[in-house]
Amino acid sequence: MDTLLQQLINGLTLGAVYALVALGYTMVYGIIGLINFAHGEVVMIGTMVAFTVIVSLAGSGMSPLLVLGIGLLVSVVVCMVLGWGLERVAYRPLRHAPRLTPLITAIGMSIVLQNVAMIVWGRNYITFPPMIDKQVYELGGASFTNVQIAIVTLAALVMLGLIYLVHRTRIGMAMRATAQNPHVASLMGVDIDRVIAMAFVIGSALGAVAGCMVGSYYEIAHYQMGFMLGLKAFTAAVLGGIGNLAGAMAGGLLLGVIEALGAGYIGELTGDFLGSHYQDIFAFIVLIIVLMFRPSGLFGERTGDRA
Amino acid sequence: MNDRLRKSAAWRQHWVGLLLVGATLLAVPFIAALGGQAWVRIANFAILYVFLALGLNIVVGYAGLLDLGYVAFYAVGAYTYALLASPHFGIHLPFWVILPFGAALACIFGVLLGAPTLKLRGDYLAIVTLGFGEIIRIFMNNLNAPINVTNGAQGITLIDPIRIAGFSFADTTNILGLTISGPQKYYFFLVALAIAIIIINVRLQDSRIGRAWQAIREDEVAAKACGINTRNIKLLAFAMGASFGGIAGGVFSAMQGFVSPESFSLMESITILAMVVLGGMGHIPGVILGAVLLTGLPEALRYGIEPLQRALFGRMIIDPESLRMLVFGLALVLVMRFRPAGLWPSSQRRRELTESTD
Repeated sequence: MDTLLQQLINGLTLGAVYALVALGYTMVYGIIGLINFAHGEVVMIGTMVAFTVIVSLAGSGMSPLLVLGIGLLVSVVVCMVLGWGLERVAYRPLRHAPRLTPLITAIGMSIVLQNVAMIVWGRNYITFPPMIDKQVYELGGASFTNVQIAIVTLAALVMLGLIYLVHRTRIGMAMRATAQNPHVASLMGVDIDRVIAMAFVIGSALGAVAGCMVGSYYEIAHYQMGFMLGLKAFTAAVLGGIGNLAGAMAGGLLLGVIEALGAGYIGELTGDFLGSHYQDIFAFIVLIIVLMFRPSGLFGERTGDRA
Repeated sequence: MNDRLRKSAAWRQHWVGLLLVGATLLAVPFIAALGGQAWVRIANFAILYVFLALGLNIVVGYAGLLDLGYVAFYAVGAYTYALLASPHFGIHLPFWVILPFGAALACIFGVLLGAPTLKLRGDYLAIVTLGFGEIIRIFMNNLNAPINVTNGAQGITLIDPIRIAGFSFADTTNILGLTISGPQKYYFFLVALAIAIIIINVRLQDSRIGRAWQAIREDEVAAKACGINTRNIKLLAFAMGASFGGIAGGVFSAMQGFVSPESFSLMESITILAMVVLGGMGHIPGVILGAVLLTGLPEALRYGIEPLQRALFGRMIIDPESLRMLVFGLALVLVMRFRPAGLWPSSQRRRELTESTD
């Protein structure tokens, strides 16, 4: 029982991070129908920038929370610029090109970002300085920390903000219109270029927040960390039905919980035949099973016939 | 009269072209050897990637099914060869038994992957194939306990080279006063195999099956309405693509003498896909060009960047390894930016792109 609760708590924390990153994928996909393959690298850059800011401010005598806040803010801004640049370089010039072309440019950009990060921050693991005094709480045999609470709360707040933005503001309305039909939206006076750029910018901001969370949760960062994180988050987005905001949130949380439960129970289930290093497999097996029965994800609408 | 003359002139040109290509292919390993055996190995890998890219081209280029886990089939082929021809299990079967077996096994895996994913389209298919590739890699990484099948992350070593009746491809021999090294022998083996694979691909392209694939790529519903059994034809695309991957894997194993899960990462799948798209999807010469370029470019950069930095700045400023990948990434972006249909697209595809103003 305590394993169950413990894994649920861990899974929820991880799931909140996946959900934030998944939102970045799903927003871009919902509007231009393309996978932003470099999104994972944006998250990684977010973590790295936050790390640099926090380390350089750590000795300045400011309160740790303020330092953390500044780190978060700077990394969000940097990632927003990065997301905007990514759209300009890798996506906008190719909007009418064959579908696979922007995929390759995005892969190219992600190779570039990874190697820039390696040049700037080195090829070794970076220890993320813990800025919050970690406190451990007990609940029914399971334990959780205040860092975990902060992550889940912040993620929930950010997601609420996003829902407000998409459903209650003018730019949100423009986004929904563009997602429905770009041509008609542009006839109604929506500036498509701006909307698409905004989707990238907002998605990258969410990614930066997620990046800071990963950094403070695992207290470690690496220039290759964006890859697996992005992959999992993308899986989460597809699981929920890509292009669907609520789907990405649900998919992220679900994936986090499934992974945590899988890692906790696989040994017992298979009589120690398979160990917890098979954790990564769960995400994909669940994905394949879900897509077999619901080919457009859990909450997805039926997509068009274009391949 | 005139007509026949023109025809014979065209034929002569054709033969001259073929002869030139043949002569170049014959000369490559000896020219490359001047720069060291490492360059011969690079040429070998370029051909190996031609196999892989052509295999993936069937799935992505012809049938239009975006497969991001293609490396799984490469891995199946490689591990099949490694397990059946190494001291790991003490089995040493000859290559002409294992290669077809590996191809068949990869083919079965292709169908296994294809069957549950037939209903999926576009990006959903992409992510499932990607997941499949990762699952295979994770299993290879961890199947060393409780029963040691794949030897985990250490991989399998001392794999037998290809041997035909006592003639081993691994070591140097003298033939008619000509010294031919191991990699050079593999080169000729690979070229022979490549010619066979290219002929199969050309024949497939214009066959009934090839046209059915292209029909599915353009419009699946219409293809179905025309009486094409889309399910079987799509499965066939997966199966054929996978078997080419399996063959390439087997040859890789024999050539390297060593396999480990590291060689079969997602990055590898992505590189092969980049070869197909960068060269020109669905166009055999384009795909071959893409494979050769993307194998050669990083290697050329590896040898070129260090002296260049020294010449420009007098010392090493940036780690050449990461600069190399940086240039590679930028090259991908720039090529696709200015040639969205690939470097050498088929004439039909080029027409489609320039005509559609939508």
